Parts: sequence; structure tokens; C-alpha cells
Amino acid sequence: MPHINLGNDLPGMRGLMAFSPATAEPMNLLAEILLRSNDGLTPTERELIGTHVSYLNDCFFCQHAHAAIACHYLNSDKELVDDVRENPAAANISNKLKALLNIAALVQNGGKYVTPEAVAKAKQEGATDKDIHDTVLIAAMFCMANRYVDGLGAITPTDLSTYPPRAKQVAENGYGNHIFSAKQPTAQ
Amino acid sequence: MPYIPLEDHLPGITGLLEYSKETAQPIRELTQILLRGPSTLTEGERELIATVVSYRNQCKFCATAHTAAADILLGEKETAEKVKQNIDTAPVSNKMKALLTIASQVQVSGKTVTAEAIQKAKSEGATDLEIHDTVLIAALFCLYNRYVDGLATVTPDAPEFYQGLGERLKQHGYNRLPQGYDHLKK
Repeated sequence: MPHINLGNDLPGMRGLMAFSPATAEPMNLLAEILLRSNDGLTPTERELIGTHVSYLNDCFFCQHAHAAIACHYLNSDKELVDDVRENPAAANISNKLKALLNIAALVQNGGKYVTPEAVAKAKQEGATDKDIHDTVLIAAMFCMANRYVDGLGAITPTDLSTYPPRAKQVAENGYGNHIFSAKQPTAQ
Repeated sequence: MPYIPLEDHLPGITGLLEYSKETAQPIRELTQILLRGPSTLTEGERELIATVVSYRNQCKFCATAHTAAADILLGEKETAEKVKQNIDTAPVSNKMKALLTIASQVQVSGKTVTAEAIQKAKSEGATDLEIHDTVLIAALFCLYNRYVDGLATVTPDAPEFYQGLGERLKQHGYNRLPQGYDHLKK
């Protein structure tokens, strides 16, 4: 049960955003820019970074919500998404993405944990300054979102079949206040 | 030295917000709403939340900047210093102690927030919205602190720098200055 009376029964971040639409608007705008851009990193890579950080923060709602979005982009390759979520070093992804996911994991621990070596490794694998900037900011954004969701005890569905329909809604329409104001998608 | 090319005259968060203006805009807007928007918490109280979280994340740039902003808004330097050292004995209301305790739990992680800490805040008169805002401010500074230190931005030593930044945060809040920041070039 949420720590405060949200006045709605929407799951996870959606319930918090419906409670506070004014703060939801810039949060959704930031997510839209950082997670949907194709400039440098792909939307899939961006969602995988968010998924891994949410896993490391042990945020059940966020890790499964963003895994489901990544999975949607990857034509339902759930095995790859699960590999990246839990152990990117061993996953079948580029060395560049592995190096960026390593930076994201360091950011999850704290900004000071990021080392010049980790950044040099990513650059050596072809990451641009913008890729590194975006990786750090995506990881930091999820350190905010995970704390918001779990810190207020947001409703967390444990039935994983409820995540893909909401993921499809985000994949098709992006991030925006529609995710709580529109009718909630449910499985067919 | 920063991991990405940032302008020399803009240390800490200020260079990042100019490096990536597109993401800066919603980050600024969210901060402006939370720290300067209408609220039953004063601007000084909200800066104390930012200060405590930044201090515990060991982000020297943010902790010093928000200490300066809190000092200016509160008109004294004792409170911000004391909430950093010990929330329980700091000269703030019981409600603020309870909210700062929640913020310090959020700094560790979302799951660290206890039902007891929430209950304590409510019994001291905190509203649901105040608790919501406290959690989101603390979470937002977990973003800022990681952004600032994760890209190894420059942390000035001079107290005058933070005094100036604190004055700017009081005068203009978190909005981008309409004229930009070229006037800060030496």
C-alpha cells in the first residue's frame, strides 16, 4: 500500500504522476528526450540502461516496466533483455554498450564511483561524449525514478503479464501525461 | 577534469545544464516547481532537504551550493550546518526533522523508507503532499549529485563562488537566465 493517499489505484510511477501531474510533466519530458532519442544511442539501448539500473536499485516496478519496453523494441527477445538486466558483461551486446552499462552501474552506486578508466574504456569502444553524457544522465534519472516509486511505496503489480500492454503504450506513444490520463491498457 | 568537454567558466551542474540544454529545460522546470513552487514548506526548508541529501551523497558542489542557498533564505548559517551534522538535534521543527529523516532514507534507496518514518512525519503534522514533495526532492538530488560527480565536473574551492550561486538561486530560482551565462566569463 502506498505511504500516502494517492487517490487512484494506478500502478507504479503512473499512480504517483496522477497524484502530482505538475511534476509529472517535466519528468515525462525528460524521459521522452533521454529514452526516445535516436541520436547516438538507440531507444532500445537507452531502455536497457534504465532496466539495468532499476535492477541494481532493486526496484521491481521500474525494472520490469522498462524491460518490457526494451523487449517490445527487440521484437520480444526476452532472453536478451533478461541477460542485460541481470548481467550485461555476459550478454550478447556490443562492447560499447557493455562499457556504457558498466558506467551506468557505477553511477547507480554514486557519482564518485565513475572512474577515468571506465570512461576511457567506453571511448575506446567508440562511445562519443554525448553517449557518455546520456548514459550518466539516464542512470541518474533512474536513481531518481526508482527512489520516487519505492520511497512512496507505489503499487507494484507482481503479475508480469500486466507489464507488456503498458510497455506497448509507451513504445507507440512515448512518455507523456497520457500514461496516466488515458485508459489503462490491459492484455487482450 | 570533466569526462566530457564543458565550458571553463561554468563549474559543477552549471556547465552540464549548458552542455545539454534540451535535457536541462525539464530538469530546471522540475526543480523550480519542487523548490520554488507554491508549497506549505518554505523555500528554506526545501533547500535544507536538498542540502542534507547532497551532503550524504558526498557531492561537495551541490552540498555547498544548496547550503549557501539555504543560508541566504533562512538568514543565518547555523541551521543548514546543524542538519548536515545531526537531524535529530538540529534547530528545526519536529515535522522538519521527520521529513529530513525520510529524505535521508531516500538518499540510501527507495526501499529504505520505513512505514515508521512516514507515520512519524504524519503524527508531526506533515501532509501527504509534503511527504510526496520531500521524497521527490530527495530523489531529484540523487539525480543531480550523480550527474555532477558522475561526469567529474569541476568543484570550485572559493566560498565566494557559492555565495554568488546561492544569491542567483534566491533571485532567479532554477530558471535559465534569459541572457545566458557569458557574463560569467573572466
